[in-house]
Amino acid sequence: MEKNWPLWEVFVRSKNGLEHRHFGSLHAADAEMALENARDVYTRRNEGVSIWVVESKHITATNPENNGELFEPAQDKVYRHPTFYTLPDEVKHM
Amino acid sequence: MSEAQIRNLEEIFEQRIARDEKIEPKDWMPEKYRQTHIRQISQHAHSEIVGMLPEGNWISRAPSLRRKVALLAKVQDEAGHGLYLYSACETLGISRNELYDQLHSGKAKYSSIFNYPTITWADIGAIGWLVDGAAIINQVPLCNTSYGPYARAMIRVCKEESFHQRQGYEIMMTLCKGTPEQKEMAQDALNRWWWPSMMMFGPTDDMSTHTEQSMKWKLKRKTNDELRQQFVDQTAPQADLLGITIPDPELEWNEEKGHYDFGEIDWDEFWQVVKGHGPCNKERLSARVNAWEEGEWVRDAAMAYAKKQQDKKLQNVG
Ligand SMILES: [Fe+2]
Ligand SMILES: [Fe+2]
Repeated sequence: MEKNWPLWEVFVRSKNGLEHRHFGSLHAADAEMALENARDVYTRRNEGVSIWVVESKHITATNPENNGELFEPAQDKVYRHPTFYTLPDEVKHM
Repeated sequence: MSEAQIRNLEEIFEQRIARDEKIEPKDWMPEKYRQTHIRQISQHAHSEIVGMLPEGNWISRAPSLRRKVALLAKVQDEAGHGLYLYSACETLGISRNELYDQLHSGKAKYSSIFNYPTITWADIGAIGWLVDGAAIINQVPLCNTSYGPYARAMIRVCKEESFHQRQGYEIMMTLCKGTPEQKEMAQDALNRWWWPSMMMFGPTDDMSTHTEQSMKWKLKRKTNDELRQQFVDQTAPQADLLGITIPDPELEWNEEKGHYDFGEIDWDEFWQVVKGHGPCNKERLSARVNAWEEGEWVRDAAMAYAKKQQDKKLQNVG
């Protein structure tokens, strides 16, 4: 049997209206303990109103080596931005 | 990868750092960068964890409930700091267990300051004031360091440190305004903690080995001597305010330099403690090892319970 506590990633919503944000990670035997530990480790000073935990091994991430093909194509698509379009000054609020 | 390719990658890597870009865990990094960071971040984490021991010694004997909740909260923060830093370190590909092994086997170092004993309540004041004060000076520049997870952990740590120092200074203030015996206790604590605190900035610049590389990687932004000077300049007036005397006959304001002059550190003592011969090295390490070993059955039971719950869930589905 695996003896070491697995690693969990912790996401905290700092207040209602904001999204959960990655805060860090910790070790715990199960999800319930991960939540309890996350409360003590990451929210000792009112940093949160809601916590998500997910076991780190379940996260699939992009590889920075592929950043070129993944993210660079967006750089030359200026037509996706409002400033690409020329309008006469008389047009207000657009 | 050929050597030329690696050299090329290293160059791109150094340029990224020079441009103030952050390095994240899955990015390519030179092996030396990885190893240096594992060493520094883990040493830092170990220091936070071992640092709980000298102060934990006084939790049950704090002189009032106000002092007790403050000290408890501070010690709990230090545990938190250790945990932020261990998890930042793990992103570099080393497991928590390996890190603990390095600490428990004596292979890894932690800050020597925690190898001194806390014999009176005033020591708790002096630690908050001087030790956390010196730690803040060392740590603030790290909020901007190049490795993303380390920098993020340090921002969180630095936010929490300021209360540590203030509660310490308040303890000193109270003692200094108290009976002559209490003031004497504060002076005695300052006498014992001053030089070890000065040593927290490490060897002098001409003795320090990896400064240049650390500067490049933003593991360091100022030299040991610059940080130490900053500490003296900021602390000396605070001692005056308390009405107690820093145990250094050479300490004197130098109008011309705009800084305090101060005396020579006893580097023999420094190296003795680093090498394991300080007053509490054995005690600290054995307290850590005992806590780990005696906690084993709890960790195992938690895993067994988690496994059982998991199996039950699967059975109900099936
Ligand atoms: Fe700390
Ligand atoms: Fe602290």
